[in-house]
Amino acid sequence: MTRRAAGAGVKRLALNGAGLLVALFAAFPVYWMIATSLKPSSEIFSSTPRPMPAEPTLEHYRQILTGNLIPGVTFADFFLNSAIVAVSTVLLSGLVALLAATAVARFRFTLRTSFLIMLLVVQMIPLEALVIPLFLMIQRLGLYNTLPSLILTYLGFSLPFAVWMLRGFVAAVPRELEEAAAIDGANRAQIFRRILFPLVAPGLVATSIFSFITAWNELIFALTFINDQERYTLPVAMTFFFGRDDTAWGPVMAASTLFTLPVIVFFLLVQRRMVSGLVAGAVKG
Amino acid sequence: MTTLTETPETSAARETPARRRRRVDRLPYLLLLPCLVIIGVLLLWPLGQVVAMSFYRLNNVRQLRGDREWPWVGLANYVEILGDPFFRTVLRNTVLFAAANVLLTMVLGTLVGLLLNRLGRKMAAFVASCVMLAWATPALTGTIVWKWIFDDTSGLVTWLFNALPDGLSQSLFGHSDWTGYGWFNSPLLFFSILTLVVVWHSFPFIAVSVLAGLKSVPSELHEAARVDGAGPWKVFWKVTFPLLRPVFGILIVLSTIWDFKVFTQQFVLAGGTQDRPTFMLSIYSYAEAFSPPPKYGLGASIAVILTLILLVVTGLYVRMVLKQEEDA
Repeated sequence: MTRRAAGAGVKRLALNGAGLLVALFAAFPVYWMIATSLKPSSEIFSSTPRPMPAEPTLEHYRQILTGNLIPGVTFADFFLNSAIVAVSTVLLSGLVALLAATAVARFRFTLRTSFLIMLLVVQMIPLEALVIPLFLMIQRLGLYNTLPSLILTYLGFSLPFAVWMLRGFVAAVPRELEEAAAIDGANRAQIFRRILFPLVAPGLVATSIFSFITAWNELIFALTFINDQERYTLPVAMTFFFGRDDTAWGPVMAASTLFTLPVIVFFLLVQRRMVSGLVAGAVKG
Repeated sequence: MTTLTETPETSAARETPARRRRRVDRLPYLLLLPCLVIIGVLLLWPLGQVVAMSFYRLNNVRQLRGDREWPWVGLANYVEILGDPFFRTVLRNTVLFAAANVLLTMVLGTLVGLLLNRLGRKMAAFVASCVMLAWATPALTGTIVWKWIFDDTSGLVTWLFNALPDGLSQSLFGHSDWTGYGWFNSPLLFFSILTLVVVWHSFPFIAVSVLAGLKSVPSELHEAARVDGAGPWKVFWKVTFPLLRPVFGILIVLSTIWDFKVFTQQFVLAGGTQDRPTFMLSIYSYAEAFSPPPKYGLGASIAVILTLILLVVTGLYVRMVLKQEEDA
């Protein structure tokens, strides 16, 4: 009996040890990014790295936030460009996705299944393969070197998944509520605005966060469609200013931290739904 | 209710919402219209356009703007690409990289999923949160941090190797001073580090999905198998795996699609599009099209080849998802 208990103890210890190793592997780079961003340069470039900043400093943050990367342009400007693009994408894609999700979740119509299949298929289009034709389209539309070129592009990219995700939220709203409102004489627009919309709002937030992350993280298209440095989004600015050789790792890690933190916060809010959206019914909870 | 000839009783139900819904059946199409237009214009049209462009010689941005002729060259771009020995290198890189990454991501992700299922509640929550951090980190900044970890002067890995006893390092690697070592110089090392970065970023999704699947399997099944004397290896292959087969199927297909078109991590790790020996299809297509001198037609033909490969994988994925929606 005691031997078995000891065996179970060893097993538990081994499992917990493995768990700690996994946690270390997964979280270490994020920790290291933040730790490095807080170290003075002397500590960053010392020959024996310290696990923690001995004299934490915000000098790198101050440097990137106040220093001009090119004359008249600071990190904050790139942050703003990225925010404009991401927020516009979120608003447009949320609106369009809500309409489409309502159609799919609330109506039975002839092409419904075909539409759902198309949603799945277009999500699998390798976006990397669309850089060239979209570059052509952006040139033709005269949108080259403008932020709307990116908003338009990211709208297309985020929409299929947004509809796919939202349709579950719309379907979860009890139909009886709408029917009751209809009996009370509410018209379709009123039902949509007063009943459906408030109840779907949490789902809309989750979907919006997903669209936000898509737009915020995107690199290739932003690299290709924007020419003027002051219109760079953050990812482009980071690869352009910090991706070169003999890198100043302090400011780079400070910029990376500022870029990453909003994404991590948003991501943790919605990750549960991302799993169910991506695995689409394969996992029954 | 669905018959056209109605008895007096059913016609009394004429004003129910269901009835009303049937009358305005143009509404769903109106609601779908903006979505369809956007998907059509921004995804489907470009998909057709990339195929069209691959049949032209397009070497000038003016041609794209419509100011110059588009000379039709038929299959010449494809002939040029497929006949180029370099394309074979790129294809080999892409396939080997995707295969290795899918395998490693699946194995690590599944192991972590199984582990999370066995851990105590608090420990599982802690490990899961850490795993989420890796997933949530944008590919861009994740890659930049790994690049810093492999920095050749102050990077952590360089320091670790320098900290090895000189004799050991000498006998294993033939040198003991690692400062200035080119971690990204040989294609094999480059791909190993790229694999580390990509697996680090993608195993959390597999782990969380496998865990969600495990939670849905009645634990009695595992207990019964264990009571019958089956070891963990046997329990996994005889009980867990068959039950989660659909989940694994979808995860493998999704991972394959993602790992075939890795771009950001490679672009950042290689510092641009100059490192030709480590090219894979997506970055090859991009570099041909946009690195001067631009060859949009040639780049388009590579993009089409990449798309065709992924189309086959996607076909598998859609069949699996639809089958599950039917079974549900």
